[in-house]
Amino acid sequence: MAAHLSYGRVNLNILREAARKELREFLDKCAGSKAIVWDEYLTGPFGLIAQYSLLKEHEVEKMFTLKSGRLPSADVKNIIFFVRPRLELMDIIAENVFSEDKRHSSVDFHILFVPRRSMLCEQRLKEQGVLSSFINIDEYILDLIPYDGDLLSMEYESAFRECYLENDQTSLYHTAKGLMTLQALYGTIPQIYGKGECARHVANMMLRMKREFAGSQNQILPVFDTLLLLDRNVDLLTPLATQLTYEGLIDEIYGINNGYVKLPPEKFAQKKQGEASKDLPTEPKKLQLNSAEELYAEIRDKNFNAVGAALSKKAKIISAAFEERHNAKTVGEIKQFVSQLPHMQAARSSLANHTSVAELIKDITTSEAFFDNLTVEQEFMTGVDTDKVNTYIEDSISQKDPLIKILRLVCMQSVCNNGLRQKVFDFYKREILQTYGYEHILTLNNLEKAGLLKPQISSRNNYPTIRKTLKLWMEDANEQNPNDISYVYSGYAPLSIRLTQVLARPGWRSIEEVLKMLPGPHFEERQQLPAGLHKKRQQGENRTTLVFFLGGVTYAEIAALRFLSQMEDSGMEYIIATTKLINGTTWIKSLMDRPESQAP
Amino acid sequence: MMKNKPDEEDYWNSSKFKAFTFDDEDDEFSRLKESKQAVNSIRSLVEEEDDEDEVEKVSWSGEPVGSKTSLSESSVKLYAPELRKPKSESKDYISDWSPEETIHRMQQGKVVSLERFRSLQDKLLLLDFSVRAHDGNIITAYFLIIDLFSFLCSEVLFRELESRQTALRHFIHYLTEIRDHRLLLELLRRDFLKSCLNLPFSPEESAHVQDHYTLLERQIIIEATDRLAEHAGKVEIFQKFPRRASILNMPLITTLYYCCFYHYNEPEGTYSSPLNIRHTFRISEKQYFVTVLAARAKLKAWSDLDALFTSRNWLGFTKKKSPLSFHRVVDILQKNSAPTQVLQEYVGLVDDADLRIGLAQKHKCHDIVINTYRDLKDRQLLLGYRGKVERGSAEERKINDLLDSPVRKRRNYDHHHHYQHVT
Repeated sequence: MAAHLSYGRVNLNILREAARKELREFLDKCAGSKAIVWDEYLTGPFGLIAQYSLLKEHEVEKMFTLKSGRLPSADVKNIIFFVRPRLELMDIIAENVFSEDKRHSSVDFHILFVPRRSMLCEQRLKEQGVLSSFINIDEYILDLIPYDGDLLSMEYESAFRECYLENDQTSLYHTAKGLMTLQALYGTIPQIYGKGECARHVANMMLRMKREFAGSQNQILPVFDTLLLLDRNVDLLTPLATQLTYEGLIDEIYGINNGYVKLPPEKFAQKKQGEASKDLPTEPKKLQLNSAEELYAEIRDKNFNAVGAALSKKAKIISAAFEERHNAKTVGEIKQFVSQLPHMQAARSSLANHTSVAELIKDITTSEAFFDNLTVEQEFMTGVDTDKVNTYIEDSISQKDPLIKILRLVCMQSVCNNGLRQKVFDFYKREILQTYGYEHILTLNNLEKAGLLKPQISSRNNYPTIRKTLKLWMEDANEQNPNDISYVYSGYAPLSIRLTQVLARPGWRSIEEVLKMLPGPHFEERQQLPAGLHKKRQQGENRTTLVFFLGGVTYAEIAALRFLSQMEDSGMEYIIATTKLINGTTWIKSLMDRPESQAP
Repeated sequence: MMKNKPDEEDYWNSSKFKAFTFDDEDDEFSRLKESKQAVNSIRSLVEEEDDEDEVEKVSWSGEPVGSKTSLSESSVKLYAPELRKPKSESKDYISDWSPEETIHRMQQGKVVSLERFRSLQDKLLLLDFSVRAHDGNIITAYFLIIDLFSFLCSEVLFRELESRQTALRHFIHYLTEIRDHRLLLELLRRDFLKSCLNLPFSPEESAHVQDHYTLLERQIIIEATDRLAEHAGKVEIFQKFPRRASILNMPLITTLYYCCFYHYNEPEGTYSSPLNIRHTFRISEKQYFVTVLAARAKLKAWSDLDALFTSRNWLGFTKKKSPLSFHRVVDILQKNSAPTQVLQEYVGLVDDADLRIGLAQKHKCHDIVINTYRDLKDRQLLLGYRGKVERGSAEERKINDLLDSPVRKRRNYDHHHHYQHVT
């Protein structure tokens, strides 16, 4: 059982256990000793479901990475391929199978497609002449992976791109399926709200899928009261802004993957007594980041400017706890102290780690470049000079700053101005192509198609109205003791979260006009519950809403939702789900296209 | 859009600058035609040659034309054809053919001697004929080029070649292809881009694709020429600052930087002239200045910078102006370790007094600080600054002089002390 998944209101361990059970069943189907050949992309998400120990229990003796050529030798009865349904991987598998045939080994082959089987892929295997070599071909439906007690992600990187650039709704289908699985385990969700085209599609699919199961009623008492589906393109602004929470900054600067972050090792070197300090570690320091770590759970969602104070407070508490050993006089007291020692040592180690991480982040946030960048972001968010060429952007281009930094800024200006004036648009485009290369025209076209960087069509800019009505900019946001979600961006309240907040209270009817200014339809659906399952709410009991972000969500938005959950009078608890955990950089990257370029 | 565009157009159209042309027609058609020729010639390397002629084309080593191995092996055999030729042709070995006939024979795979074409003039004539015959026969041109190349290695005669644009391009293409297939790939890519021009792009997009194509074409030529020059070892700048990488595929501004570095003082008609690049690709004045600044500063060519910023107005007075703030100029200069005298000059041009003083102090431009304090008539500041200059230096003396000199107006509240001191 994963400790961090049971903390929340909704026990996501149930989901995890269901996934583990399925995995066990498949492994047992391939009886005997086994080796698993992994599609590298899957090892991360699988790590959240099952560790090697579980696999070992089911006779997995070796694990390899999927590579073309010959399979490494393994004295096992079964070889199982764990792969995504991608054609290029089928070719590699074929190569592997042929290489084993040459060895005249008597190994049994199996494939587990994650998350779904594919006719195309099986056809490809047939063409390669290896399809008949496989005994078991199954699919492992891993749609929603629990990342924390209140967080689920599909880690479907291309979802935004597929939906908004390629008009491909596969990701929405998977989303709907994932939600059906969720309902199977946690009960039918009686109320569905949504905003956006994709949200509408997902809701329609869910309702249709439910009808297909007509006759078999779900008897589980519903855990979720409401589902809110939100298109990413309803709020294009938020992911572009630099996140200012502790976890958000870790992701922006170092990148969090599957709940882990890799950090430069220098600050984490253990200085032991008498040891030569020459042996500096060269491997990056890998830290696991989830709510099982007490300190991390406390500081992850704080604005970074409040983290220092929290760490020093914690340091005092831990020091005091260690000092207690002087007060332990009786054997009983000493015994008690000793029994708590592991916990205290873990706390101290945790403190040391996060102090180092905070130092690393501080180096960046106190730099002039960071400050200048943030200043421009906030100017755009407050509507200052969004109709002119911005000098800082112009200078940054001529200094050849990283292209993604430039793209985030120009997209932000475009979004806050509802498209750039033609002259400004042409200017930025030209400067970018001339400085970074003409091949980036593909990326610029993609950004235009996604609505992130486009010329102004009408001179009507709704953003100031939206900003005023929804109070997106809160001057004097309190970073230390926040009273509003705007603390996550030190003044800017994420639009997506404001919409969520207003839905709970007073409801979307009060912002009809603003909703119309945002892309896509908004709707409400109800799903019938079997008689007797309607919840009788206790006095003061919170309602639970599952907020599903279609196209990605940032850690800062997650922090904002957690803030709403723990607000005294909110009456609401939020569970967050998404197609992918993103930040501005990874998001823009997923929209970039480069033609095959030869390195000179 | 750029406020200097009208100036640029005037510049472009004025008679004092020669438009660079291939022949004497400066139009898209002839340019593309030339490229098409060049590309077709290259294409023959890649595609299998059809044996449509009754005379089988063979190389000097006896292998059929079109196979790559024949190229590299043949170089040795150029001047000893008698060992390879079919016996029946030996009587034709030494003969007095005109360039035209020579080319014709070569194209038929027959034996020729190039010995009678000794002067550069003759060699270029041969090349011209080869090009005019333009059936894309690589072998013909190859031998001519080897011949030319060995001639050129002994004398640097690039200027001569420049006037024969077509030959130059063939020459470069063929020669460097032998050395580097990557270059060939770029040519093919460029060709592909060219064909893309016919796709239905929007006007802006098609302009970008056109620019991309033009840039790539230019990079290929510059790369080939420079590689040759570097190898020949006669051009100083390439010896002092060896090229670290090829400019193929580099963005436009990077290419501009490269040309500002290696080809700054070339006449505007050349492919690698920075001004030419600026105009062809409509680079903004600001971008141009920043790039020139960075490149010339790196080379410590301070007088070039001086010329860049100086403009003469119609009265003949010079003054310095810049599309980018002098603050930025100072920044870039400082990054390239410009000496204090140079920094000082540009710091002095910063408009904002506070900013100017800040920069002057940061870069130890003492004179500017002293002069500014003097202009502000602030004794306190002068006194304070004296501690920051070197003892016994000219700056210290200057400060002392200023402090000692009787001044009419006083701003500081200690002025009556001064008068007491003086009287």
